[in-house]
Amino acid sequence: MNILNTHILTLVTFIPAAGGLLLLLVPRRDRDIRIFSLIVSLLTFGLSLHLVARVHRMLPGFQYEIDRAWISTPNIHYHMGVDGISMWLVLLTTFLTPLCVLISWNSIHERVKEFFILLLVLETALIGVFTSLDLFLFYFFWESTLIPMALLIGIYGHGRKVYAAVKFFLYTMVASVFMLAAVIWLYAHVGSFDFVTIQNAIRTGQVEGFSTAAPWLFIGFFLAFAVKVPLFPFHTWLPDAHVEAPTAGSVLLAGVLLKMGTYGLLRFNLGLFPEQSRHNAPWICTLALVGIVYGALVAMVQPNLKRVIAYSSVSHLGFVVLGIFSFTQAGLNGAMFVMLAHGISTGALFMLAGIIFERKHSYEIADMGGLATPMPKYATFFLFITLASVGLPLLNGFVGEFLVLSGAFQANPWYGTIGATGVIWSACYLLWMYQRVFFGKVTHPENSTLADLSAREQLALWPTAVAALVMGVAPLLWLNIIDPAVQAALTPFAQVASKVVGQ
Amino acid sequence: MTPSLHLWLIPILPLIGAAINGFFGRRLSRQTVSAVALTFCGAAFLMGLYVAARFPSLELPHAEYLGHWIRSGNFMVNFEFYLDQLTLVMLLVVTGVGFLIHIYSVGYMWEEGGFYRFFSYLNLFMFFMLTLVLAGNYLQMFIGWEGVGLASYLLIGFWFTKDSAASAGKKAFIVNRIGDFGFLIALFLLIKHFGSLNFSQLFSSIAQQPAETAGVGLLTSIGLLLMVGAAGKSAQIPLYVWLPDAMEGPTPVSALIHAATMVTAGVYMVARSHVIFGHAPNALTVVAIIGTLTALFAATIGIAQTDIKKVLAYSTVSQLGYMFMACGVAAYSAGIFHLMTHAFFKGLLFLAAGSVIHAVGGEQDMRKMGGLRQYIPWTFMTMTAATFAIAGFPPFAGFFSKDEILARAYEANPAYWFIGVTTAFITSFYMFRLWFMTFFGDYRGREAAEHGHAPAHGHGHGGHGDPHESPMIMLVPLMILAVLSVIGGWVGIGGRFEHFLSPVFGEGATAVATEALSRSTEITLMVISVVAAVLGFYLAYVLYLKRPELPQKIADSLGGLYQAVVNKYYVDEIYGDLFVKPLVDGSTRILWHGVDQGVIDAAINDTADGARHVSDSARQMQSGNVRSYAGWVAVGAAVIIAYMIWMGVR
Repeated sequence: MNILNTHILTLVTFIPAAGGLLLLLVPRRDRDIRIFSLIVSLLTFGLSLHLVARVHRMLPGFQYEIDRAWISTPNIHYHMGVDGISMWLVLLTTFLTPLCVLISWNSIHERVKEFFILLLVLETALIGVFTSLDLFLFYFFWESTLIPMALLIGIYGHGRKVYAAVKFFLYTMVASVFMLAAVIWLYAHVGSFDFVTIQNAIRTGQVEGFSTAAPWLFIGFFLAFAVKVPLFPFHTWLPDAHVEAPTAGSVLLAGVLLKMGTYGLLRFNLGLFPEQSRHNAPWICTLALVGIVYGALVAMVQPNLKRVIAYSSVSHLGFVVLGIFSFTQAGLNGAMFVMLAHGISTGALFMLAGIIFERKHSYEIADMGGLATPMPKYATFFLFITLASVGLPLLNGFVGEFLVLSGAFQANPWYGTIGATGVIWSACYLLWMYQRVFFGKVTHPENSTLADLSAREQLALWPTAVAALVMGVAPLLWLNIIDPAVQAALTPFAQVASKVVGQ
Repeated sequence: MTPSLHLWLIPILPLIGAAINGFFGRRLSRQTVSAVALTFCGAAFLMGLYVAARFPSLELPHAEYLGHWIRSGNFMVNFEFYLDQLTLVMLLVVTGVGFLIHIYSVGYMWEEGGFYRFFSYLNLFMFFMLTLVLAGNYLQMFIGWEGVGLASYLLIGFWFTKDSAASAGKKAFIVNRIGDFGFLIALFLLIKHFGSLNFSQLFSSIAQQPAETAGVGLLTSIGLLLMVGAAGKSAQIPLYVWLPDAMEGPTPVSALIHAATMVTAGVYMVARSHVIFGHAPNALTVVAIIGTLTALFAATIGIAQTDIKKVLAYSTVSQLGYMFMACGVAAYSAGIFHLMTHAFFKGLLFLAAGSVIHAVGGEQDMRKMGGLRQYIPWTFMTMTAATFAIAGFPPFAGFFSKDEILARAYEANPAYWFIGVTTAFITSFYMFRLWFMTFFGDYRGREAAEHGHAPAHGHGHGGHGDPHESPMIMLVPLMILAVLSVIGGWVGIGGRFEHFLSPVFGEGATAVATEALSRSTEITLMVISVVAAVLGFYLAYVLYLKRPELPQKIADSLGGLYQAVVNKYYVDEIYGDLFVKPLVDGSTRILWHGVDQGVIDAAINDTADGARHVSDSARQMQSGNVRSYAGWVAVGAAVIIAYMIWMGVR
C-alpha cells in the first residue's frame, strides 16, 4: 500500500500521456483508438479514486508526496503532492476525460488518432498542474496545457478556429510570462523551486528583498491566473475559444482549464503572498463582482448557445474569485465547491451543446426552438443541468454559491449583497436561453425529426447528472476533505489579522 | 425524549412517486400513473393524520434530526425537522388539500398529453412544499422554498408549446428569485450575527435581545429582507406580477400551487419568524402596510377582469394581502386561520372554475358563459359555497377568519380595518359578479362557438354541444372542499383555533386582543363586515343580473380610470419599460457590443496588429498554418526553458 501511496500521483499524472504514446504506436482502426482511449481514461479515473479512498481527512498538509531531486542545476525537484484542494481538481479532471472521450466518439472523423492523443496528453498536463509542488514543474505543466488545447481548437474546431486558437494561445501565453518572471525571481532569491521551501522561507522572513518585490511578484502570478480564470476584463478570449472549440475541448476548457487560474490564485497568491493578497483584495473582489454581474448580463443577450455558456462561466468563476479573496472559511470552501460544481455542470452543458451541434451543425439559438417536442430526453437532461447551474438547492450549484456568498458577506456585506444578485441574473439568462431552445412550437420544420439522445450520449451525460445531485445532497463528502486544507490555507491570514489587531 | 415519528418520510413519499412517474411514467398506463401519484400523495396525508393522532403525546416543539448537510468550519446546517402546532396546521392543509387536488387532477387531466409528466411534477411539488413546511432550519426551508418555485415553473409551463405558458413560467421563476435574493441576504445576516440557521437556536438567542423600536437595526433589516422573500413567493406588492400570469398552468395547478399552498409559504415563513418580527416592530409595520395595500390594490383589478381564472388570481393576491395584514398586526394565528380557510375555499373556487372551463370546452372568458347552473348543478352548488365563504357571509368559513383579522386590525390601527372592510366589499362584489356572469342569465357560449371562436386552451376538450357536468372523480373533491368551506371556520369559534396555536405565538397576544375590544365593538365590527359583504352581493346582483347594460355605461363614463383597471394599472408595461428593456438593450449595446467588443477586444486586436507590423515572424505565426504554428510553440518553449536554465546557473 505504501508503495502505491508514494507513486500514485506519478501514475495518475502520467498514465494518460503514456496511453497517448501507446496510441501513437499501436492501434490502427478508429474504433480501437476510441476504445483504447476510453480504457486509459477510465483506468486513470479508477486510480485517482485511490486518492480519496486513502486520504487522511484530518491532515491539512500535502499527502501522497513524492520528492526526488531531478536536475541539480538549476535545483529542480520532481516534487508532487496533493491536499484537500488539489485532490478534488485532479478527480474532476479524471472524471471529465472519459466523458470527453465518449462525447467525441462520432463527432471526430478525421485525424482520430491525433485527437485522442492530444486529449490524453492534455489530461496529463492538467493533472500535473494540480499535483506539482515544484514551481518549475508546475510551470512546465502549466504551459504544456496550452499546446494540446490550442491544437484541439485549431485543428478540430469550427469557423474561425485558427483565430480563436491563436487568441487563446497568445492571451494566456503573454500573461504566463509575468508568472515566469516571478518564479525566476523567487528561484534566484531562495535557491529552490520547491513550493513548500519557498513558502517557509517567505513565512520566516528569510528572503532578501522580498518586501519590496512582493507587490510585483503578486501581480506577476495574479496576471497569469486572472487571464486563465478569466477575470473581467481579461475574459474576451473565452467566448471565442469556446465557440470554435470541439466539444471535448470546451468541456475540458471550461471544466478544468479555467480552474487552473482559480487554483493558482488560491495556492500561490494566497499561499505565498498573504499580506499582498489582503492588500489587493478590494479591487480584486470588485473585479470579481463586476464579472458576476457583467458575465451574466452579456450571457443573457448572446445569440449563440456556446457563447451563453461561456459568459455564464465568466459569471460563475467570479463567484470563485470572490470566495477566495473573502479570506473566510465559508468563502474558500465555497470557492472550491463552485470550482467542482461548475466543472461538472458546465462540462455537461457543453456536452449538451455539442450533442445538438452534431445534429444541426449550428449553435445559433435562432436555429432551434421547440426542441422539447422532438427531443424530450435531451430536454430533460438539459433542464436538470440548467437547474444545477442556476443554483437550485439540492443540486451542486447551490452549496458553493451559498457558501461563497455567505463568506463574502462576512468579509463585507456589500460583496455578499452584490454577489447575491447573481441568483437573479443566472435565472434570467439560463431560463431565457432554455425557453428559446426548447419551448414553443418547433419553428424550423427540419427540427421536428431530430433524433433524441442515443445510448452513448446518455452514458456520457448520466454521470454528470448523478454527480450534480450527489454533490447537492451530500456535499460533506467533498467539504469534509476540503475544509481542513482551506483552514490551513487561511492560517497566515488569521496571523495577519491578529498582527493588525496587535498594532 | 419523545419517540421519532419519522417525519422525513412525509416529504420523501411524494418524491418517490415523482421519481417513479418521472422515470417510468412514459411506459405506464394512465391508470397506473394516477395510482402511483395518488398512493404516495395519500400516504403523505395518512402520515400527516398519524402525526396529528400522536400529537397530544408529544413534547413540543418536537425536533427530528436526519443528517448533516453542509459544514464549513464551525457553521453547520442539518437536514432536520421541526414540528409544532403551526407545522401541524400547515402539514394537514398541504397534504389534505393536496390529496384532494391530486384526485381531481386525474379527471381533469385524463385527456391531456404528458399525463405522467403532470403527476410527476405534482408529486415533486408536494415533496418540496412539505420540505418547506417541516424544515427545522432556514436553509432547509429554502430548499423547499426554491423547490416549490421550480415545481411552479414546470407546471405553469406544462403546455410548453404555448409561448405564453413558457413565458409565464419563466416570469414566475425570475420574480420569485428576486424575492429569494432578499431571503438569502437575510440568511447571511443571521449567519453573520448568530452563527446558525436552526430555528430553535436562533429563536432562543433572538428572544434574549431587546426589541428594536427605533430605526433600522439588525433584526429590522432581517425582518424586512425576509418580507422581500415573502412578497416574492406570496405575490405581494411589488412582486405580485407573476401570479396572474401563472394562470397559464392547468387549473388544478392554479388551485394547489397558486391558491391553496405554495403562495401561502410567505405567510407561513413570516409566521414562523414571528420571534424576529416580534423584536422588529418597524418591520412588522411594513408587513402590515404591504399586506393592506396589496389586498385593496389587487381587489380593484379583480373588478374588471373577464377571464374567470384571472379574477380568482387577483382575488388570491388580495386574500394573501389579508394574511400579511394579520401577521403585520402580530395576529399570526388569525393569519394562519385565514390561510387555512382560504386553502379550502380558494382551492375549491379554482377547482370549480376548472370544472366550469371543462364544461364549456376550454373557454375561460366569463362573457361567453352564463346560465350554467342548470347544466352543471354540482359545480354550481359547490362554487356557491366557496363564493359565499370568500365574500365573508356567516356561517361560511371565510367569515370567521376574515372577521378575526379585521377585528385585530382595528385594534392595531383603524386605517387597516377601514381598508380591509372596503376590500371585503369589493371582494364580495367581484366574486358575485363572477358568480352571476357564470351561472345566471342565459348561456352565451353558443353564439361565440358559432362565430368560430377558438377556445382559449387548444388542449383537448374540443367538440362541444351543451355544457356538461364533470365526472365523479372531479366532483367528489369539490364536495369535500365545499363542506370544508362551510364548516371549516367553526374551529375558530370561541378562539379555539388561536388557543391551539397559542403555544407557538404566545397566549398573551390573544388574551390582550379579546379583552382590548369590548364585546359591543366586536359585534359592531362584525355587523359592518357582514353589511359590506351583503352590499357587494347586491351591487353585483343589480349590475350583472338585473340591469346587465349598466356596467358598460359605467365603464364608459369612467373612461381612463376604467382602462387603467382593465389593463391592471399598466404595471407589467411599466416594469417592462423600466427594468426588462433597459437590461436587455443595455446588455446588448453597452456591455456586449460596447465594452466587450468595442473596448476590450479592440484594444487587444490593436495591440496584436501593432505587434504584427513590428515583426514579420509574428505575422507568420498567425498565418493559420498549423504546423508552422506548432513549430513556433516548440521554439518558444525551448527559448523559455533555456532562459530559465541560464538564470538558474547564474
